[in-house]
Amino acid sequence: MSGDGGGTGAPARGWPLYEVFVRGKRGLNHVHVGSLHAPDADMALRNARDLYTRRNEGVSIWVVPAEAITASSPDEKDPFFAPAGDKVYRHPTFYAIPDDVPHL
Amino acid sequence: MDNQDGSVYAVLGEQTDEDGRWAFGTGFHDPLSGVDRAVPAGVDRADLAAYCLMLGDDALVLSQRLAEWCSRAPELEEDVAMANIALDLLGQARLLLTRAGEVEGAGRDEDALAYFRDEHEFRNVRLAEIDCGPGPGGDFATTIARLLVFSSWRLALFSRLAAGSADPVLAAVAAKGVKELAYHRDHAAQWTLRLGDGTEHSHARMRAGLDRVWPFVDELFTPHEVEQRLAGQGIAVDPAELRSEVDGVLDVVLDRAGLSRPALPGLPGPAGRLGRDGVHTEAMGYLLAELQHLARAMPGARW
Repeated sequence: MSGDGGGTGAPARGWPLYEVFVRGKRGLNHVHVGSLHAPDADMALRNARDLYTRRNEGVSIWVVPAEAITASSPDEKDPFFAPAGDKVYRHPTFYAIPDDVPHL
Repeated sequence: MDNQDGSVYAVLGEQTDEDGRWAFGTGFHDPLSGVDRAVPAGVDRADLAAYCLMLGDDALVLSQRLAEWCSRAPELEEDVAMANIALDLLGQARLLLTRAGEVEGAGRDEDALAYFRDEHEFRNVRLAEIDCGPGPGGDFATTIARLLVFSSWRLALFSRLAAGSADPVLAAVAAKGVKELAYHRDHAAQWTLRLGDGTEHSHARMRAGLDRVWPFVDELFTPHEVEQRLAGQGIAVDPAELRSEVDGVLDVVLDRAGLSRPALPGLPGPAGRLGRDGVHTEAMGYLLAELQHLARAMPGARW
């Protein structure tokens, strides 16, 4: 299990990292639940099944190579998100929600 | 864990029944609820009890072997996978030993049968008991080789029991086991492909693993007289019938992995007596010592 990667993009030690997304029984979309190491995507799916769906949590799993995710940087938090804070007109809070509409 | 994580699992862990206890998961079903537990008419109780012990001991003993990988597997993820498979098998063993004790009618429960029988009373096939690693008898590849053979064989057996055993309890236990065993076989097949079709070194280790377990393969298809009698009554499956199906499955996996079935003869037992007769290899005594010593040192101990 100790390969040098051999130019396959694997890190020098251990297996590449995958991020795991699980869709719950009645959930609407896949939710990020954590990450794991696996030698390839097929095994990542199986490892995810063992690590994250042991208690009937899910009916569908996605795995994504962690290196394929482009994330926003914490340093850019203010320019990214702060401008939305004072634009109250973007939030639909000015009308009453009918009682029999549970999922608005 | 902050609120956001909590809400993630609130979504994922939605209950599917009203009395779900989260510590044990939710949405689980008792596989034997509503199943008629009476012994089918005309069936010899001693035979049926012995057959349940055979299938239960196979699972119990291999579960113990797989549990030896806990904290020793090559990667954390594989550690969990092995433990999961071991727990599946332990669950099968519990149902089958409970049924054996119930049919026997001598007041022995699953614990009495697991912890207080001696070596010659265990009826598992020898493939389940041999050391395939992490002990000196093997390595990860050897463990995968055994798991591939064992789960292919047991899946073929349980599929037939689930579809047609005249004992409703055996059929229900097998129906639950089929889904688990299909996963075990898939896991072993995935690793067989990667090791067999990997590097020169991994290929050599996988081939050595197959050679290690192969002398114990013939026994899987050698019927015991209990199995033959019960097969005649539609309760059990004659294991000899499974050979062509299992060989076919193994050929598909091994061929894709660049491997083949070793041409090694089966290891005969003393005077023709095998694991099903209670005659085991040297490894069995050590395995049972570890499995049983606590229950025997402190009878009746509870958590």
